[in-house]
Amino acid sequence: MYKILRRKELNPTVTLLEIEAPAVAKKAEPGQFIILRTDEDGERIPLTVADFDREKGTVTIIFQIVGATTEKLNHIPEGGYIHDFVGPLGVATHTDGLKKVAVVGGGVGCAIAFPITKKLHNMGCDVTAIVGFRNKDLVILEDEFKANSTKCVMMTDDGSYGTKGLVTNALEDLIKSGETYDEVITIGPLIMMKFVCQVTKKYDIKTVVSMNPIMIDGTGMCGGCRLTVGGETKFACVDGPDFDGHLVDFDEAMERGAMYKPFERHKYEETCNLFKGVK
Amino acid sequence: MPNMSLKKNPMPSQEPDVRNKNFLEVALGYTEEMAVDEAQRCLNCKNMPCVAGCPVNIEIPKFIKEIADGKFEEAFQIISKSSSLPAVCGRVCPQENQCEGKCVRGIKGEPVGIGRLERFAADYHNANFKGEVVKPELNGKKVAVIGAGPSGLTCAGDLAKAGYKVTVFEALHLAGGVLVYGIPEFRLPKSIVQKEIDNLSALGVDIETNMVIGKTVTIDELFEQGYDAIFIGSGAGLPRFMNIPGENLKGVYSANEFLTRVNLMKAYREGSDTPIKQNKKVAVVGGGNVAMDAARCAKRLGAEEVYIVYRRGEEELPARKEEVEHAKEEGIIFKLLTNPVEILGGEDKFVNGIKCVEMELGEPDASGRRKPVVKPDSEFVLDVDCVVMSIGTSPNPLIKNTTKGLDVNSHGCIITKDETGLTSREGVYAGGDAVTGAATVISAMGAGKHAAKAIDEYLQNK
Repeated sequence: MYKILRRKELNPTVTLLEIEAPAVAKKAEPGQFIILRTDEDGERIPLTVADFDREKGTVTIIFQIVGATTEKLNHIPEGGYIHDFVGPLGVATHTDGLKKVAVVGGGVGCAIAFPITKKLHNMGCDVTAIVGFRNKDLVILEDEFKANSTKCVMMTDDGSYGTKGLVTNALEDLIKSGETYDEVITIGPLIMMKFVCQVTKKYDIKTVVSMNPIMIDGTGMCGGCRLTVGGETKFACVDGPDFDGHLVDFDEAMERGAMYKPFERHKYEETCNLFKGVK
Repeated sequence: MPNMSLKKNPMPSQEPDVRNKNFLEVALGYTEEMAVDEAQRCLNCKNMPCVAGCPVNIEIPKFIKEIADGKFEEAFQIISKSSSLPAVCGRVCPQENQCEGKCVRGIKGEPVGIGRLERFAADYHNANFKGEVVKPELNGKKVAVIGAGPSGLTCAGDLAKAGYKVTVFEALHLAGGVLVYGIPEFRLPKSIVQKEIDNLSALGVDIETNMVIGKTVTIDELFEQGYDAIFIGSGAGLPRFMNIPGENLKGVYSANEFLTRVNLMKAYREGSDTPIKQNKKVAVVGGGNVAMDAARCAKRLGAEEVYIVYRRGEEELPARKEEVEHAKEEGIIFKLLTNPVEILGGEDKFVNGIKCVEMELGEPDASGRRKPVVKPDSEFVLDVDCVVMSIGTSPNPLIKNTTKGLDVNSHGCIITKDETGLTSREGVYAGGDAVTGAATVISAMGAGKHAAKAIDEYLQNK
């Protein structure tokens, strides 16, 4: 059992949990993920490490309520426990030799974009953070991004905060204005990453994407997380989750990610009704 | 006077048409009368060929004699001297190629039902034994075992009995390895696996779940933590695919994923949090035990038609004969000498068919089996909405990637010096699928057993 030491709602559908897991905290690096189960019969879900504190022995995760399990997770109070918490899994994001990087985050993906932004900033890299949200109410980690980047560009789809537009517009504007980057790291919805890659491809800038496909064990056993990268089958759990964005078959990944949509929707509603019942 | 019946006492089983709709155990086990009657078929031969056929060399005629005399607990005690998981082995060992394959009674008629008798003795013990397990005295040395599957649990059990403080590290949330994520409930009830694990805990073995060695902790860190020796039984790894078009369509599973969803994550239960696609027609590609398990699970989940698609013939099916028979009885359709060339999908990217070619057997290949060759113009499409790929696995890379000096072969399997399981690193032993690639529960147990003996000798001389 793993204790939740801190719980904070970042916006109406996104919650931060700081969890006591010393063994995981000791090894975690930006780009890696954990797998958790909320309860005895729960499903295993992967969530990317949002932060870690080796001394305190804690790992922070930030999640959006999208289905039954995240709904259940959101109902565990501060001081409560998570049944299983395993990691860190996957390969850490490569940062060696990077001097100037644009980190492009979208929505709850910003939670994953943040630790790599912080790491790059701390190692003296010139980091431009471009973060986008649907609207002002959904903005998360603004102060953290500002404090850990050379330049921070805030975008909202509806213009209710920062600049109106998509992260791809902001990125392309910067490139056009003469900015150059060793690498672009992008984390967010598949469709956003796909379009970021289309922009960077045009300007021939190496781009790393963080994939978050459906997983079960997360340790290299089930093969459910497979995706096509450069025509080859890769497993996100052991080969990734970071991949060369210009080689990823995003359309296939989007299809595969939607496989259980109807089931999840149904299960989510069931869970919501369940919580209605006990409240 | 031995029982000279040419046939084994048949195993009482659930009727095929009943059991293919539930996940309860298929084989119900011998009654005491049946067990005694079957035990009397053993001739108690002097040269005991059956013992040589057993990977862990159980004293088979001796335990059978006890059953024949009605001393069931004694029979169990004899088995458990050699095997840590008798209730499991009695159910899943390929006896026809091992002990029973060597049985003298098999020359004319059927061999003695050794597996069934082993299972009987183990179940009798689990149901009736009231005594306390005596914890062995600790010798002050610590051993880490990686993976709580058949090889790891066997190795842990033997070392604990020899006085070592053993900690088993398991990556998943539950101990048991393939016994819990792979082999389905109807073939090996999970309560039986749990009972065997509880027996190990009673011996003083610690089991730490959610520990991915190579990630959470490395082999070198385990030595730093004071472990004197390490056994790696991390099992089979990533599933293989055929690299044919359409394998990433929705509705294509690896057998590992399909079985893990059904077994470990309990997708077979109504109301489970883990989804599994509801399928009408399923093709399982492959002919091993795992393929039979997947096919029989698919049937139980409600599929109307389930096919086994295998590129060689009936004779070459690697699965246990009993599993093949059970599958047939349950209505699984065998498409033998058939090889998939493409998986077809609709606009929605869900599977809607599998294109296959017919094969015929040619000259024997390197494995000694006749090589299947494509029949010209034999292409046809099977109408299915789900495909399960059950064609083997490649070893998991997590440990080899993080352990300096641990040699692996070109397939990624850990190289061991000999049957002791010693690797290229001092104090590190390995066994089971991590060394051999996908094999059987009992061969993994045999490897765990040999390694435990070697670790004991190594630490005694250290």
